[in-house]
Amino acid sequence: MNTAYLTEDRPPVGAPTTAASAPRAALSSLDALESEAIHIIREVVAEFERPALLFSGGKDSVLMLHLATKAFWPAKVPFPVLHVDTGHNFPEVLEFRDRTVERLGLCLVVGSVQEFIDRGELSERADGTRNPLQTVPLLDAISRHRFDAVFGGGRRDEDKARAKERILSLRDEFGQWDPRNQRPELWNLYNGRHTVGQHVRAFPISNWTELDVWRYIEREGIELPGLYYAHEREVFRRDGMWRAVGEVSQPRDSEEVLTRTVRYRTVGDMSCTGAVESAAATAHDVVIEVAASTLTERGATRADDRISEAAMEDRKKDGYF
Amino acid sequence: MTTTDFQTATLFRFATAGSVDDGKSTLVGRLLHDSKSILADQLEAVTRTSAERGFGGSASGRGQGQQIDLALLTDGLRAEREQGITIDVAYRYFATEKRSFILADCPGHVQYTKNTVTGASTADAVVVLIDARKGVLEQTRRHLAVARLLRVPHIVAAVNKIDLVKFSEAVFRDVEEQLLRAAAELGLPDVRVVPVSALEGDNVVELSARTPWYTGPALLEVLETLPAVDELETELEAFRFPVQSVIRPQGALAPGLDPEAFRDYRGYAGQLASGVVRVGDSVTVLGSAAGTQITTSVAGIDFAGTSLPQASAPQSVVLRLSDDIDISRGDLLVETGTFAAASQDLHASLCWLSPKPLCEGAKVLIKHGSRTVQGLVRSITGRLDLASFSEGPAADLGLNDIGTVQIRLASALPVEDYERHRRTGAFLVIDPVDGNTLAAGIANSVPDGEGEPRGG
Repeated sequence: MNTAYLTEDRPPVGAPTTAASAPRAALSSLDALESEAIHIIREVVAEFERPALLFSGGKDSVLMLHLATKAFWPAKVPFPVLHVDTGHNFPEVLEFRDRTVERLGLCLVVGSVQEFIDRGELSERADGTRNPLQTVPLLDAISRHRFDAVFGGGRRDEDKARAKERILSLRDEFGQWDPRNQRPELWNLYNGRHTVGQHVRAFPISNWTELDVWRYIEREGIELPGLYYAHEREVFRRDGMWRAVGEVSQPRDSEEVLTRTVRYRTVGDMSCTGAVESAAATAHDVVIEVAASTLTERGATRADDRISEAAMEDRKKDGYF
Repeated sequence: MTTTDFQTATLFRFATAGSVDDGKSTLVGRLLHDSKSILADQLEAVTRTSAERGFGGSASGRGQGQQIDLALLTDGLRAEREQGITIDVAYRYFATEKRSFILADCPGHVQYTKNTVTGASTADAVVVLIDARKGVLEQTRRHLAVARLLRVPHIVAAVNKIDLVKFSEAVFRDVEEQLLRAAAELGLPDVRVVPVSALEGDNVVELSARTPWYTGPALLEVLETLPAVDELETELEAFRFPVQSVIRPQGALAPGLDPEAFRDYRGYAGQLASGVVRVGDSVTVLGSAAGTQITTSVAGIDFAGTSLPQASAPQSVVLRLSDDIDISRGDLLVETGTFAAASQDLHASLCWLSPKPLCEGAKVLIKHGSRTVQGLVRSITGRLDLASFSEGPAADLGLNDIGTVQIRLASALPVEDYERHRRTGAFLVIDPVDGNTLAAGIANSVPDGEGEPRGG
């Protein structure tokens, strides 16, 4: 067999950090999480007919895609990526999305909130936020493309509703999550059986924390959209967060526009995602910042999760990610 | 938040189990709070809610002056808050310098043995809460029995509310003795007992001056130092590798790779279930086609463009073999000479997790490793009485029952005795009609000389 493609001279990525020949105690926590996620991704691809990966260009979805490339190497990622475009995306994130899809030779499916609004099937909310509107185009794309499994980058440390969701989460015809009727999930045996009309949301990085994600991004050298790192931007203060000045995010008269060095901890809908003041210019800087942070990432930067204590629970029951 | 050294920190999974009102939520809240895993916005929300509900305790303890209900830190869904109950396992995350922890927080109601089984199936340890005033209850015995059945390597018993018995050593020793007696009856290998006050913080993260008669470590230190399952077993167990899929990149090669180099590439993707594999090792393929066993050797271990000299459980890798053999998803690769034979007859304990009862003659699906086959429940041979740890006769199994059964499989599966091979001895029982998971299955060894011929 031709083994010319193997690169034995560099240290194995994701392999144990101790000498390869010596038996060792256990994988590092990052290696253990990586291995678990890859196992889940492979199980879903093997057991479902039409999986897809939710890909927004946000760090969790970029991480998911990176894990998928590692899971199937040297074959390419064997499923399309699905983006629910709110129409309020940061332009640099869309550019990053397209470049990534091109680089990995993937097929991109886009569900557009704007098209649903234009057709009168969705209406703008009073607060202008479009994140909660993503559910309808998402379910439409799932049924139109007959996806039976959809990978998401959701993590259990993000929210108390997510803390209770299974790694393979069964959804009904309406995409609804029923927290009282979940299958027990035992060992590393994942039961993905579903009936016609049902689909499964798969969350391979359920057990990662925000800090794990950044440690892994640093270790693997994963490229992210630039707005995750410190940059100067015109911003104004609203709800205790820095909001970017943009087409869909305009300051009111009372809100002063300032130039600040900021970065984003999440990149969602421009109209509800806030930036934090930060000088963290590299993944390593961000790891240090996150480790020292006193706020959760959603608490710090997501207006839509502040609507009520059960905001995420309500959205999930309605078919949200 | 404490900075964890991710180069050396390992992962440790534990489950909490307790009875109603023994302070489990408060203990979990205390672990998260005192290990500085609670961020300001979460604490603020909890402080606000505590005030709204008129919480009068001094939960933060140690004179910090805050009045917060630590149990709210683990408060879950609205449906749960409305009913004042916990309906499901919740997963929590915290880290210290030595370890990252995954905590499966299991509700304590009697009817929710199901949740303890779920949490314990992946746990390196179970933390069992015991109210110092009440001692070992039937519920405690159930939790210990589940931990034993699932072979959780360590039990950590937190004897809680020690402040309410005036930090009495005599009370603690009495509870400790009850516990050790129950553990001995069950054959639990490793039980640690720690006196704690979750409400006041004694011996949870830091040792308390109020229990000078206790010379062991605080609860968190116990969790930081116990060896995890893979640390205990990887070097002892033989290599097992359920094939998840075949990687043949021809026509769908990742961009940037040279098609010439991969013209003949064929690899088998999977996660090591146990043991270690090295390049050159002799391995036997247990085929899903009736009873086939073919021996070959490992030509290479690939992981995302890197060639590894060896891999160990629970790493996910791609194996290349020296011979072209017809291998597919569902086959099991094992270290040559360490596996007897696949069998169509399965003797097992089942933790029944469904409200739909199991009766003899039921047709089910059995999911084992990367294979799912049909099975017929031939007989229900007993039900475990968790209070006495003895088995009595049974005609059916209901929700939360643990019983023993004999199942005939439509084709042979390489199921091993769970006592010796945790990951290849575990299986799921699935409802063929609606696809729901009905039971957690634990394979037992077949008693010598018992009727059925083995092999497919």
